[in-house]
Amino acid sequence: MFKIVEKREMAGNTVCHLKIDAPLIAKKAQPGQFVVLRANETGERIPLTMAGNDPAKGTIDIIFQVVGKSTALLRTFNKGDAILDVIGPLGKPTHVEKLGTVICVGGGTGIAVLYPITRAFKEIGNHVISIVGARTKDLLIMEAEMKGVSDEFFVTTDDGSYGRHGFVTDALKDLLDARKDVKLVIGIGPIPMMKFVCKTTEVYGIKTMVSLNTIMVDATGMCGACRATVGGKTQFCCVDGPEFDGHQVNFDELMKRQAAYLKEERQSYERFQKEQR
Amino acid sequence: MAEKEKKEKIPRQPMPEQDPKVRSRNFEEVPYGYTPELAQKEANRCLQCKKPKCTEGCPVGVKIPEFVNLIAGGDFIGAAKKLKEDNSLPAVCGRVCPQESQCESLCILGKKDEPVAVGRLERFAADYERKQGTVDLPQIPPSTGKKVAVVGSGPAGLTLAGDLVKQGHQVTIFEALHKPGGVLVYGIPEFRLPKAIVDAEVDYLQRLGVEIKYNYVIGKILTVDELFAMGYHAVFLGVGAGLPVFMNIPGENLCGIYSANEYLTRSNLMKAYLFPQYDTPIAVGKHVAVIGGGNVAMDSARTALRLGAETVHIVYRRSKTELPARAEEAHHAEQEGVQFKFLTNPLRYIGNNDGWVTGMECMEMELGEPDESGRRRPVPKKDSNFILDVDLVVVSIGTGANPIITGTVPNLELNKWGYIVADPETGKTSREGVYAGGDIVTGSATVILAMGAGRNSSKAMHEYLMNKSNTVA
Ligand SMILES: Cc1cc2nc3c(=O)[nH]c(=O)nc-3n(C[C@H](O)[C@H](O)[C@H](O)COP(=O)(O)OP(=O)(O)OC[C@H]3O[C@@H](n4cnc5c(N)ncnc54)[C@H](O)[C@@H]3O)c2cc1C
Ligand SMILES: Cc1cc2nc3c(=O)[nH]c(=O)nc-3n(C[C@H](O)[C@H](O)[C@H](O)COP(=O)(O)OP(=O)(O)OC[C@H]3O[C@@H](n4cnc5c(N)ncnc54)[C@H](O)[C@@H]3O)c2cc1C
Ligand code: SF4
Ligand code: SF4
Ligand code: FES
Repeated sequence: MFKIVEKREMAGNTVCHLKIDAPLIAKKAQPGQFVVLRANETGERIPLTMAGNDPAKGTIDIIFQVVGKSTALLRTFNKGDAILDVIGPLGKPTHVEKLGTVICVGGGTGIAVLYPITRAFKEIGNHVISIVGARTKDLLIMEAEMKGVSDEFFVTTDDGSYGRHGFVTDALKDLLDARKDVKLVIGIGPIPMMKFVCKTTEVYGIKTMVSLNTIMVDATGMCGACRATVGGKTQFCCVDGPEFDGHQVNFDELMKRQAAYLKEERQSYERFQKEQR
Repeated sequence: MAEKEKKEKIPRQPMPEQDPKVRSRNFEEVPYGYTPELAQKEANRCLQCKKPKCTEGCPVGVKIPEFVNLIAGGDFIGAAKKLKEDNSLPAVCGRVCPQESQCESLCILGKKDEPVAVGRLERFAADYERKQGTVDLPQIPPSTGKKVAVVGSGPAGLTLAGDLVKQGHQVTIFEALHKPGGVLVYGIPEFRLPKAIVDAEVDYLQRLGVEIKYNYVIGKILTVDELFAMGYHAVFLGVGAGLPVFMNIPGENLCGIYSANEYLTRSNLMKAYLFPQYDTPIAVGKHVAVIGGGNVAMDSARTALRLGAETVHIVYRRSKTELPARAEEAHHAEQEGVQFKFLTNPLRYIGNNDGWVTGMECMEMELGEPDESGRRRPVPKKDSNFILDVDLVVVSIGTGANPIITGTVPNLELNKWGYIVADPETGKTSREGVYAGGDIVTGSATVILAMGAGRNSSKAMHEYLMNKSNTVA
């Protein structure tokens, strides 16, 4: 059992932050790694990236968007409650190196995943430019945190309610036009966003890393649920990733595989909402 | 002589089982098991050979005539105890051992008639003991002060843990998943091996003092070197062969194409067959193809039927004679309505706009010259391509070595396929104090072989631990 020591609602209750007591995982976790959680005995195993970890206090942070049954269930947990299973740290850590100028692009809850990675690139001495985006102002998360680890910082919203009106890719394109010293772009967010970030950077020939949030079961390389085609080869995102060279990723296949259980997910979520009433 | 002839007259007793039509739609266990009367009748068939051949066929040397004789005499608990002298999981082995190629294949009665049903009797005695709730604990000797870490709670790890704790060592099992048993819980379905049986065995080990830590992926949360640093004196690696093999043919990443590991893990470990009571979903196919011919393929095919499939085909590239599954499993699958497409190999998958599989192009095969395994090699038949309409495919063509653990133990010798190199007698690896056994050494094999490996390693590890010079910290 893994106790929740802190809970915080974000982005108008669509996103939730949990600080969980998991001392061994906290000690080992590195940027880019994730945990798998199973909330209770009938729960499914879902992967969530660690948005932070405190080895001294023995805690890890997860920030998740409520999109279906399992995340909605997790959100019903309060401070003092315990999660049945937390497994980690899983996946390969981000390869952090000093390159010069690095652009970090985050969308939606992807910003939570991007934050520890951005911080690591900053700490090692890169010039970090961040672009974060959301559909609308209220849904933007972790603005202060991201700003705190960036040398330059930009915000976009799809509806223009805050920052620049437009998509993160618009801001990215302007930056890439303006400066020729960008060594790496890291794009993390919804699949369509990552796909378009990659399309944008491809033109400039700039290496782009993305983090693939495929459906997973065991997350130890045992089942192959998480397979994605990268560079024409099948990769298991849980052990070979989750980060990959975005220019090699078959995003269309990824999107279809993500939608494989839409019908069941809806059934599950509706059943849960009825039970809650 | 007269005695012998009389005994041969009793026919081999069948085991009562659920009607195929009914059971192909539920997840309850297929056979009900022997009643005491049937068990005694079957046990009476045994000739009590002076030099029993049957025992030679058992990888752990179960004293077959002795336990069978106890059943014949009505001492069922005594029979269970006798079994446990050599086999710590008789309720499991009685159900899943390939008896027809092991103990029963050598039974003398099998020469003229049918062999003694050793497996069914083994299962009966173990079930009887469990149901009576009379499993008493052996005396545990005083602590040796030695700590052993066991990685993986499959049959190899469980057997080894039981043996070592009984010698007074302190044993901790580290398991990656949230439940113990390895393939026994995530792979083999409920209708073939009820999970309550595995739980009872694990419960017994815990009462003996074995500690189990779940959700520990060794190689990630802790490395083997860190286990030593934490004060463990020896480590056993029983992590199984947990890496699915795909065919790498076009379209294999379409939705609706599962590895057997994923399909069975969803259904068994995550209980997707109880969706939506349990949250994990599983795709229910109407027309299912399972690629492969082993036990895993049979389990997948039978699971698909139970989940509601209309047609299920086993697509196997060799012929019926080469089918590697246990005869009983193939027979049960056939009875339940699974259809077999022998001498057939898939070439590519066809999908729709949503990325779901809709068809599978196959090719017919014929058997050519024998290959390295001694089986005749299937070769493609010209112009034999055809398309099978399917909406769900389970790829069940084998497994490989998962590198999570093997890649994080420095100086651990691996073979060219990534399996751990270990002495077959002792499980000793190239790393001092590190032993290994089960599927991670042999490649996927059987429950009983994994248990045998655990047993052998436990003896070697006990010696190692008791030799002071090895383990002064
Ligand atoms: C490595 C990794 C890291 C992730 N990190 C985060 C994070 O930090 N914050 C966050 O909000 N989300 C993260 N996700 C996505 C998160 O796992 C899913 O949103 C969650 O599983 C949805 O479960 P649900 O039951 O609430 O929704 P559902 O109704 O089940 O599904 C909604 C959508 O989530 C995806 N999904 C469903 N089941 C799974 C599963 N078992 N594994 C992965 N995706 C699934 C599917 O695309 C589905 O369409 C991550 C995913 C991966 C693979
Ligand atoms: C579907 C199916 C049906 C089968 N049917 C039969 C049958 O009828 N008869 C028969 O004799 N055999 C059968 N087998 C084969 C048999 O189950 C295996 O040979 C046997 O289970 C191997 O035992 P093991 O202890 O080596 O490993 P496993 O049973 O594979 O157990 C290994 C355990 O180690 C854990 N693990 C892996 N990596 C780590 C890590 N890094 N850290 C911590 N833990 C880890 C795994 O989660 C798992 O629990 C079947 C196999 C399958 C898949
Ligand atoms: S353990 Fe298996 S092989 Fe040995 S006697 Fe029992 S059923 Fe036969
Ligand atoms: S070989 Fe057959 S008849 Fe002889 S002891 Fe073994 S089981 Fe009995
Ligand atoms: S989630 Fe099972 S192999 Fe990646």
